[in-house]
Amino acid sequence: MTAAALASYLLTGLAGASSLFLVAAGLSLIFGVTRIVNFAHGSFFMLGLYLAATLVEAFGRTPLGFWGGVLLASAAVGVFGTIVEILILRRLYGAPELLQLLATFAVVLIVKDAALWLWGPEDVLGPRAPGLRGAVVIFGRAVPEYDLLLIALGPAVLGALWLLLARTRFGRLVRAATEDREMASALGVDQARLFTLVFALGSALAGLGGALQLPREPASLGLDLAIVADAFVVVVVGGLGSLPGAFLAALLIAELKALCIGLGVSKLTLVIEFLVMAIVLAIRPHGLLGRPEAAPRASAVDADGAGSTPPLAWILLGAACLLPLVLGGYPLVLAIDVLILALFAASLRWLVGPAGLVSFGHAAFFGLGAYAAGIATVKLGWPMAASLALAPVAAGIGAIAFSLVAVRLSGVYLAMLSLAFAQIVWSLAFQWDALTGGSNGLVGVWPSADVSGKPAYYLLTLAVVALAWLALRRFERGRLGHAIRAVRDSPLRAEAVGLDVSGLRRAALLVSGALAGLAGGLFAFSKGSLSPETLSIPRSVDGLVMVLLGGLASPFGPILGAGLFTWLQDEAARRVDFWRALVGLVILALVFFVPRGLAGFFGTHRR
Amino acid sequence: MKAILGVLAATLVAGAAAAQPVKLGELNSYKVFAAFLEPYKKGMELATGEINAAGGILGRPLEVVIRDDGGTPGDAVRVAEELLTREGVTALAGTFASNVGLAVADLAKQRKVLFIAAEPLTDKIVWDNGNRYTFRLRPSTYMQTAMLVPEAAKLAKQRWAIVYPNYEYGQSATAAFKKLLGERQAGVQFIAEQAPALGRIDAGAVVQALEEAKPDAIFSSLFGPDLAKFVREGNLRGLFKGRPVFNLLGGEPEYLDPLKDETPEGWVVTGYPWQSIQTPDHARFLAAYQAKFNDYPRLGSVVGYAAIHSFAAAAKKAGSLDTEKLVEAMKGLTLPSPFGPVTYRAIDHQSTMGAYVGRLALKDGKGVMVDWSFADGAGFLPADDVVLKLRPKE
Repeated sequence: MTAAALASYLLTGLAGASSLFLVAAGLSLIFGVTRIVNFAHGSFFMLGLYLAATLVEAFGRTPLGFWGGVLLASAAVGVFGTIVEILILRRLYGAPELLQLLATFAVVLIVKDAALWLWGPEDVLGPRAPGLRGAVVIFGRAVPEYDLLLIALGPAVLGALWLLLARTRFGRLVRAATEDREMASALGVDQARLFTLVFALGSALAGLGGALQLPREPASLGLDLAIVADAFVVVVVGGLGSLPGAFLAALLIAELKALCIGLGVSKLTLVIEFLVMAIVLAIRPHGLLGRPEAAPRASAVDADGAGSTPPLAWILLGAACLLPLVLGGYPLVLAIDVLILALFAASLRWLVGPAGLVSFGHAAFFGLGAYAAGIATVKLGWPMAASLALAPVAAGIGAIAFSLVAVRLSGVYLAMLSLAFAQIVWSLAFQWDALTGGSNGLVGVWPSADVSGKPAYYLLTLAVVALAWLALRRFERGRLGHAIRAVRDSPLRAEAVGLDVSGLRRAALLVSGALAGLAGGLFAFSKGSLSPETLSIPRSVDGLVMVLLGGLASPFGPILGAGLFTWLQDEAARRVDFWRALVGLVILALVFFVPRGLAGFFGTHRR
Repeated sequence: MKAILGVLAATLVAGAAAAQPVKLGELNSYKVFAAFLEPYKKGMELATGEINAAGGILGRPLEVVIRDDGGTPGDAVRVAEELLTREGVTALAGTFASNVGLAVADLAKQRKVLFIAAEPLTDKIVWDNGNRYTFRLRPSTYMQTAMLVPEAAKLAKQRWAIVYPNYEYGQSATAAFKKLLGERQAGVQFIAEQAPALGRIDAGAVVQALEEAKPDAIFSSLFGPDLAKFVREGNLRGLFKGRPVFNLLGGEPEYLDPLKDETPEGWVVTGYPWQSIQTPDHARFLAAYQAKFNDYPRLGSVVGYAAIHSFAAAAKKAGSLDTEKLVEAMKGLTLPSPFGPVTYRAIDHQSTMGAYVGRLALKDGKGVMVDWSFADGAGFLPADDVVLKLRPKE
């Protein structure tokens, strides 16, 4: 590569960096102040792009029409964000942690269907920017004029935000709240108002980021989740709440991507940002420019580890055994799915609740188990029992590998590292054609003849899941389980009384990973096929949704959550066109009326 | 009197049986690939209406039970089970993404039920992973690539650059293109390859990398948002000046229409020039579609329409709804379609549905296909002995 070519790639990377920073800046602000993991940030970006396309078309392709449209789209998304904050999130600040995450996930579903309804299924490509329709020659190569504008705009927005934060009273309050939310509140800062303003600003920035992409990419319905993953990576790599950090991270990732393409290793772009995140977090656990998070003041969950398994559970288990006698056909198929997902959710609930280790990438272990079982069956010709036994082993090994880096991290950084881990495993499955079948995956993973009938496979699944669930419950209430909860509640004190903090976290991960892998193995045999989707972000998110719907506090939560979510999706998808929006609305209703989850709801009634 | 009552009763029973619809289960990723599948759904609706107006299937009305498969193999298999067990459908049809199509095809094999894979393009569904119960309607990745190769070979360009979405479809298209062009044209070189992740192309850098390689011509299998971004950056940076570009699927209205005035003129593409096809088969379809929906058909409309008619034709030929008889009827089944007659080959269950090969042009600020010709699918498949080697024995 010549020096001129290199310089030119770097220039292209700069434009990408600016685009990335504009989306990430809003997310960083929102997270820094409100501690909300805003899944809907990508949806705000998408709305900004769609709105800008519509507005610019309406105003005409003049400079005034274009820039007016872009700014108005950004403002409109800011207003929409404000409404979301006031109507939904504001009610949830006192609720258990992570519940806001569930609410923003519901917003994602609703916005997705709303965009389909409003703009139709076809992609909308906007016009080029008036006055910046051409390219100029730099380093002997054509560079779009609009790229140059973006290159300038990124640092300009960073500068403006810096001035806002450093020089204004609003900025001082934002910084105070980022530093210590409770203290700022104690000193008389009106939290509600501050949060609303920050959320409005963050959403408007996301909208602006989207609107500014108008001349570069079409508005399409898949943007939301793609963008939010990118934005999260940038924010975490930069260090939570640090805007210069986010800028640096955007620069690093965008330039590396451009260089991958320039060097002819474009396939690496599939996973490069997650590799960067994993490496950065392994070396600097709080990102490039981040500072350690303040220790949590209250424990996240008051898990009820005590108490014996209520008789109701045994009655339910007995009833479940008899299910094939009364239910045939499809309900049994659905019941198998629910059982498998209940085990997956139970393994995640153990990690997030009692062990206090939040994971955004739990699908990694589910998928590792599924792939281990699938590869053993299809490629190695192993019998089903052996393949199924391999699933938790493979996922357990994955969990140990992950824990080597992960035990040093906590909170959102840990969650994001788990996401990176899942994406790296996903990209391996996606690329390693010879072993995994690549993007198509593996087919022909059917159970052995004696359990190939649905009732038989159901009973097998029920037996495995029930045993695993009881074992997990035993573990949770045993000596190790209590020690792990001690580590969660106060790592420092736990260490002081002689507990091996890293070892206990590793054990927690191992147990959780192995059980998720077991669920994955059961899943592969129940479907007869598997593909990289078993490892994907949406599956991790589904797991979290089930856990939160069910409630973190009770080991019964995952069963209820998996049952409700699976049933809801199944019914909604069959009955209504805009089923995702309906699922989103139901989740919102549950968040409002049953904030402690279904198990918590039933639990309070019992007491 | 008794006799009359008896006849009356018999008629009533027969009438009740006739009212029992024949159910076809259709599953597809309606939300994930909405741009293709909303027109597809309309095509199915049109076909169902026509079939029922003409007396239905074996004297019974046809009911297509439509389900969203969520776009993942796991959900799709569950939905297919639901269609089979709860709805009691006679056969399955549909699917879009290749991984979903393959998963449902394997389920069809396991459950011994007819599956008409309408849309997935993967070659494997009829070859490497082919099975007795699965038939595929659309021309595959291999076939559509083969349709572009004669045009590409005519140019006698030596140095080719390739860009494709990094998953099975793009990989297969690239492999087929290299193989087929290499066979026709000695000394052809493939000097640069770019494989951006699906839906995530960094168009600026990709265009620059292709430009740096100084190719004589470019082969692309991009579609959707990736294609739009690539076209705009390429136009801006002058990548396409004086360079022939071939783009698989680039002329399908689903992907062409969003480009509007950015449409790159002169690109050679496979697609569907609905505005200018004059055959009676197509004219009838176009008129009926526009009358019913007040909208023009996309390629998805044709696929959905032909998929439903395939099932009806198979049932008519079989004279029964028994799966094994339906499967035998599907082998070698010929039926009319908006693109002319289509035959499901007995040898590999691939239909001979074709595609249109032509050049992109701008007309009134919109992209259209011009100078097109119809490529009958039958002419773009490998020799029978090659196919037999690819396909597992039954």
